[in-house]
Amino acid sequence: MSMAERTYPDPTTNLETERYWAAARDGKLLIKTCNACGEAHYYPREICPHCGSTDTEWREASGKGTIYSYSVMRRAETPYVIAYVTLDEGVTMMTNIVDADFDAIAIGKAVEVTFRATEGGMALPVFRLAGEG
Amino acid sequence: MSRPAKGFIAGVFEHPTRKAVDKTIPQLHAEVALGALKDAGLTKDDVDGYFCAGDAPGLGGLSMAEYMGLKVRHIDTTETGGSSYTVHVGHAVDAIAAGRCSVALVTLAGRPRADGVATLGSRNYGPASPDVGFELPYGPAITNLYGMAAMRHMYAYGTTSEQLAWIKVAASHHAQHNEHALLRDVVTVDDVLNSPMIADPLHRLDCCVISDGGGALVIVGPEVARSLGGRCVKVLGTGEAVKHLNGGKVDLSHNGAAMSGPIAFAEAELTPADMDYVSIYDSFTITVLQTLEDLGFCEKGAGGRFVADGNLISGVGKLPFNTDGGGLCNNHPGNRGGMTKVIEAVRQLRGEAHPKVQVPDCTLALAHGTGGSIATRMGSATVILGRNDA
Repeated sequence: MSMAERTYPDPTTNLETERYWAAARDGKLLIKTCNACGEAHYYPREICPHCGSTDTEWREASGKGTIYSYSVMRRAETPYVIAYVTLDEGVTMMTNIVDADFDAIAIGKAVEVTFRATEGGMALPVFRLAGEG
Repeated sequence: MSRPAKGFIAGVFEHPTRKAVDKTIPQLHAEVALGALKDAGLTKDDVDGYFCAGDAPGLGGLSMAEYMGLKVRHIDTTETGGSSYTVHVGHAVDAIAAGRCSVALVTLAGRPRADGVATLGSRNYGPASPDVGFELPYGPAITNLYGMAAMRHMYAYGTTSEQLAWIKVAASHHAQHNEHALLRDVVTVDDVLNSPMIADPLHRLDCCVISDGGGALVIVGPEVARSLGGRCVKVLGTGEAVKHLNGGKVDLSHNGAAMSGPIAFAEAELTPADMDYVSIYDSFTITVLQTLEDLGFCEKGAGGRFVADGNLISGVGKLPFNTDGGGLCNNHPGNRGGMTKVIEAVRQLRGEAHPKVQVPDCTLALAHGTGGSIATRMGSATVILGRNDA
């Protein structure tokens, strides 16, 4: 757990996603849900990609999920773990797994959200193995 | 001349260079264009349709048409990454059938090797790309994205690194006979497994080469094909598809080949069992394995067993693939392999592949292109080709 961790570049934000990143600074993971079709989606958009409705709403996610897949980037200056995590709310998001021995990571394992400061002082949602924080 | 053809591939050319330090990208486009036109027995003045993709610099098709002195009445700059040129085959025969052009030129060129472009860094398609904020901070290099696809396949179906390695082994058996191939040494399963881990579970030898160069195709209608004689190859069926992350309903169990393949086979009225040879996009070993499953050459999840024990080696296995050595060993010009897939299939159908890898009496072949990333958003294109007398 003491291994070095990479630095995180600032995420590019835009009019549609400013609120997501502001919430991340407050330690909250938001997802968009559509009031017309009831489906959550990710990454967040103003217009629901499932039904096309503009009636989409921000909701705070539980921050809990499971690893759908992952890969350890061995050849980077500081190796890191990219992953897809499926949130309990049903959407799957690209992320990093942190604070874990690479060998302890596996598909299907439970994870929970945590946040990392980026180079410019923003906050980035990442995940750690559940119950090991 | 029994099977109806949508159009014909009359000329192909693969640039022999693998490191183009002394050439510009427009120059490479022009060289491959001239090579394919010469192969077809045509000249640039015969070209009235031009097709290119994101590798074409400047204003793309406009800049390249100007540089090469083309005068065209049809242009198509569809950009689907490395699958673009496989997509263009379908678009070209459709345009010809619709009377929009009669001689279509498709070009690809790039020089990432001369320019020292590494693939370990994160991919960035610009700040306006809607996904960029939600992916780039997490370090999505092309290798670890495909790594996630492979990891999921192993989890879901029990696929092993040894099985993936067989794909590289087969490619290397073919590449040893290709004087232009970047990697000509025959490798073993152990060689692949002992090469450095890049992005779990993909080793260095699970990855394709980075190379410069390019290629071109000349596609014509029936009348022009008749005037050119028997070397024209029939385009019997084409299909294309786009697959993406579907609003967060991520499913890495298949790629776009599952959609493009059936469209192409249906149009050609053929099945995977009819194919004598296949060119399968091989950015990584997992790309081949998953694509073979999705095209229906074996059951979903059985790809690992299907590719093992040399089954893809020409003269040895049941399904000879990528007999030029593919992207894994020969050439992946501009990090875009869809062009060379079509070119080797045409060589096979003309009986002009290297004698050591030529499939006897090769009559029907498939070329498949993949663009973008099978773990995020991708273009997929399948082309079914037939020998002139097919």
